[in-house]
Amino acid sequence: MLELVFYVVIGVGLAFDLFGCIGLVRLPDVYNRAQAATKCVTLGTCMILIGVAGLALVGGNWPMAAKAIICSAFVLLTSPVAAHAVCRGAYLSGVSLWDGSVEDAFVQRAEQVRREEHEEGSVEGEEAQTA
Amino acid sequence: MIDLSLFEQISFGILMLCSALCLFRIGRGPTAPDRTVAIDILGTLVVGFCCLMAIITEQDYYMNIAIAWALISFVGTLALAKYLEGRRYDA
Repeated sequence: MLELVFYVVIGVGLAFDLFGCIGLVRLPDVYNRAQAATKCVTLGTCMILIGVAGLALVGGNWPMAAKAIICSAFVLLTSPVAAHAVCRGAYLSGVSLWDGSVEDAFVQRAEQVRREEHEEGSVEGEEAQTA
Repeated sequence: MIDLSLFEQISFGILMLCSALCLFRIGRGPTAPDRTVAIDILGTLVVGFCCLMAIITEQDYYMNIAIAWALISFVGTLALAKYLEGRRYDA
């Protein structure tokens, strides 16, 4: 009976994975794709890992359960950070938003970041010239 | 040949379908960030694949592969993101 619960958890996680990957293919631009795919696939993989941990614990294999819990914590911590970094890089490298987007909240901050980097680059260039 | 139950066949089939969709986006994606996001998602899917293999074959080492894959995929994606942003790796 307890095993059935964990099989259901794994099945829900697989469904989330599938929906996230469908979103990765269907949505119009990088930012939409990144948010849909990252959220769904992170939650789906975490649910698969928790289900596997429960099945291992029911089977009496507690080291595997501990590893699965640790791995789910890693995925939960690292995957959104990586997607955030990729989206920031995409915006700063000049990938434009979808035509139907209604708000661009990062535009002023992006200009500020670009200006700071330009100043740093010019200072480093002067140092290189003097050296 | 490993005997797979119906649940295992369906779960591996769904993960294969997800991987195929990710590969479609890697091949098709108009810009480089599209491909980077799809590669990151593919890495997360491989973690799920490894832990399902661990529970089916009852071998612990698949779980070690999953942990290592999660961390290495994270580092690789961060390096690609920094490259996209146009910064040098040591800054």
